[in-house]
Amino acid sequence: MLRDITIGQYFPGDSIIHKLDPRFKIVITLLYIVMLFSGGSYLCLVVGAVYTFGAILLSRIPVKMFWKSVKPLLPFLIITAVLNLLLMNTGDVIWQWKFLKITESGLNTSLFMVIRIVLLIMGSSLLTYTTSPITLTDAIERLLSPLRKVKFPVHELAMMMSIALRFIPTLIEETDKIMSAQKARGAEIDTGSFTTRAKNLISILVPLFISAFRRADELATAMECRCYHGGDGRTRLRQLRSAPRDYIALAITVLFLVGVIVLGKIA
Amino acid sequence: MENIIEIKGLHFAYESDEEGKKPVEVLKGIDLDIKQGEFVAVLGHNGCGKSTLAKHLNAILLPTEGTVTVDGIDTKDEEKLFELRQRAGMVFQNPDNQIVSSIVEEDVAFALENLGVPYEEMRKRVDESLKAVGMYEYRLHSPSQLSGGQKQRVAIAGVIAMQPKCIILDEPTAMLDPQGRKEVLATIHRMNREQGITIVLITHYMDEAANCDRVVVMDKGQVVLDNVPEKVFSQVDKLKAIGLDVPQVTELAWELRKAGCDISPEIISEEECVAAIQKLFAD
Amino acid sequence: MAILETQELTYTYSMGTPFEKTAVDHVSLKIDEGEMVGVMGHTGSGKSTLIQHFNGLLKPTSGKVLLDGKDIWADKDKIRDVRFKVGLVFQYPEYPIFEETVFKDIAFGPKNMGLDEAEIKRRVYETARDIGLKEELMERSPFELSGGQKRRVAIAGVMAMEPRVLILDEPTAGLDPAGRDKILSHIKRYHERTKNTILIVSHSMEDIATFADKILVMSKAKLFCYDETVNVFARADEISDIGLDVPQITKVFGELRRRGLDFGKEVYTVGYARDLLLKHLNAKGGTLNC
Repeated sequence: MLRDITIGQYFPGDSIIHKLDPRFKIVITLLYIVMLFSGGSYLCLVVGAVYTFGAILLSRIPVKMFWKSVKPLLPFLIITAVLNLLLMNTGDVIWQWKFLKITESGLNTSLFMVIRIVLLIMGSSLLTYTTSPITLTDAIERLLSPLRKVKFPVHELAMMMSIALRFIPTLIEETDKIMSAQKARGAEIDTGSFTTRAKNLISILVPLFISAFRRADELATAMECRCYHGGDGRTRLRQLRSAPRDYIALAITVLFLVGVIVLGKIA
Repeated sequence: MENIIEIKGLHFAYESDEEGKKPVEVLKGIDLDIKQGEFVAVLGHNGCGKSTLAKHLNAILLPTEGTVTVDGIDTKDEEKLFELRQRAGMVFQNPDNQIVSSIVEEDVAFALENLGVPYEEMRKRVDESLKAVGMYEYRLHSPSQLSGGQKQRVAIAGVIAMQPKCIILDEPTAMLDPQGRKEVLATIHRMNREQGITIVLITHYMDEAANCDRVVVMDKGQVVLDNVPEKVFSQVDKLKAIGLDVPQVTELAWELRKAGCDISPEIISEEECVAAIQKLFAD
Repeated sequence: MAILETQELTYTYSMGTPFEKTAVDHVSLKIDEGEMVGVMGHTGSGKSTLIQHFNGLLKPTSGKVLLDGKDIWADKDKIRDVRFKVGLVFQYPEYPIFEETVFKDIAFGPKNMGLDEAEIKRRVYETARDIGLKEELMERSPFELSGGQKRRVAIAGVMAMEPRVLILDEPTAGLDPAGRDKILSHIKRYHERTKNTILIVSHSMEDIATFADKILVMSKAKLFCYDETVNVFARADEISDIGLDVPQITKVFGELRRRGLDFGKEVYTVGYARDLLLKHLNAKGGTLNC
């Protein structure tokens, strides 16, 4: 439906996961993170993985897309895993070479960490893949709305966020145009030495900033003309309505969470 | 008919940035009444004060001297600011810088959300406004996928949703291609005709002014001509002197008249021009 | 002799994706040195994509662009030199202005060419004169200038590279009639002084009619025609069919022809129309009201 918001990593679709109320999806994702970090045994991780892949299958988004979101973080994962492996020195030694030694607990800790983080990335990707950024912003605003009582600027933050989302494509297009114009005057942007390139970056950033400020100014006037006066007394066109499926999804997640906690206690 | 806009002795001056300098006077005494349902073009070159005038109709700027009344509301009345802005909606030049939301229909709803219109009513008005400007099929699109003309139509829908009595458009076509210009002009003419909304069109394109009920020409912060298009454009000398164009057909008639031909100076359409030339050769 | 030439130039956006779109489709044309060319076509006709090939900002998907008979992509590393020889002024060129002074902003291009100080200075002042910017503006911040002045600073920035071909994409967009006339007349003067080839993209037929020797019309990614101005306006009906406006005066004379008053097909300026009508009226005899 709202497939046209192409920024971020949103994959439009109409699977059951896509259709879930975004507020529930955020809460569920938080419970999911708790679940991943509460179980201390491999069995718990298997349960977590079953839950993750189950949800991925339901979303009908190809698994390789999730791999794509994990891939950029691989080097970081490998380095921390190796450090964990080598620095944890307690427990039975499995392998030793000169001063380097790998212990059983070290192996467990790093394996746990890698699996948890991979699952964590996949699970949160599922949230951003199936929810458009603007819907997500909206859901966050509504979830945080109780904080308005303590003067936390929930509405203002959400408005800023949604304006940013609105203007990202505009600014990308503008950057493109400015780059072409400076290139036409011989600026070396994708060629040339590092220092010339850095210098030429100024020729792009300055106009971009000036334009962004001008846009902000005009937008503010336009918003005022349309009677904008903050979040008080605002009604919304976008209605978020929870359906039975949202409660079912939440119940399933809670069950998994309890299961994992119980499994962890038994082991 | 009743006046929707009444401007009396309007002066406006900007405070100069540099210290010690006198304020820059942009509007130098404007008196102008606009009737409910009129389609008025305000024509003038850049810097003549026409945009400053437009901003006074919506209380973005307040007069230094004089009064501006819109539908009985003095623009200085802060209590009635939202009411005023509802009755006199504003559309700006740059289509990109007035669209707030990433989804067309939510943008159209923006003013209604601010005014606290209940959901059912809002839904109805948003759909009606989108249909009125012919953008209903695009209601779930992102503005970044629309052409300039389409974006301006969305902006117009956002104003119409407030059910205004008057729409002020500040050079709405200056950044559009000919196709977009046609779309936007057709839309505002329809709004004027079908819904009786008063239109104040600020522009420097004379061909846009030629189709209006009335043309107000501004120069150096003052109104210099105010009449029906035929009468205004027949003053070719005066318009050229202040750096404005006249339609080619008007200019041709004027040139022929100067050369001694018996041809009316009040020609603004192609049809009139063809008929007049035929007449010259028929004698 | 042709300074710019395209041979079967084709450009396809987003090749191999569902968004694939051919923006320029097998365009072959030759532009002779010293010509003043008007470029027309509506949004999406491919004209903007086409002009970005002339200075190597875009690389053809297939086909060639020749400058002085040489393929500009023969040596990829020399493409920057092509940009100095073919200057391109984008739409709303004042947006990318960024330097602190007018002088520095105009000098940006020449500096990138690696010219020495004296030469840069000469060029900046010369082009400023061409485009009608007073000398006292040179040390001012470009951001303090009026819209029309900023636009001229931006155009001067490209002119100062002394390109052999100058391409301007809608140089008068958003300006009022006085600003428009000023820019067009200064470009004309520059053309007369330098005798360089100039291409101007414009939506306004009335404008094109006043300056162009030749007109290039793009429609649906293809070259619709490239011919002398007179010949292009003689095809007013076809031009209307592809959705472009012809000057009001051309429409009037088309209608007169349909009604049996034929004054020829090449009427597109007011001055010419007046002279033509007066000539015919006088020929008709002294009994007229003229």
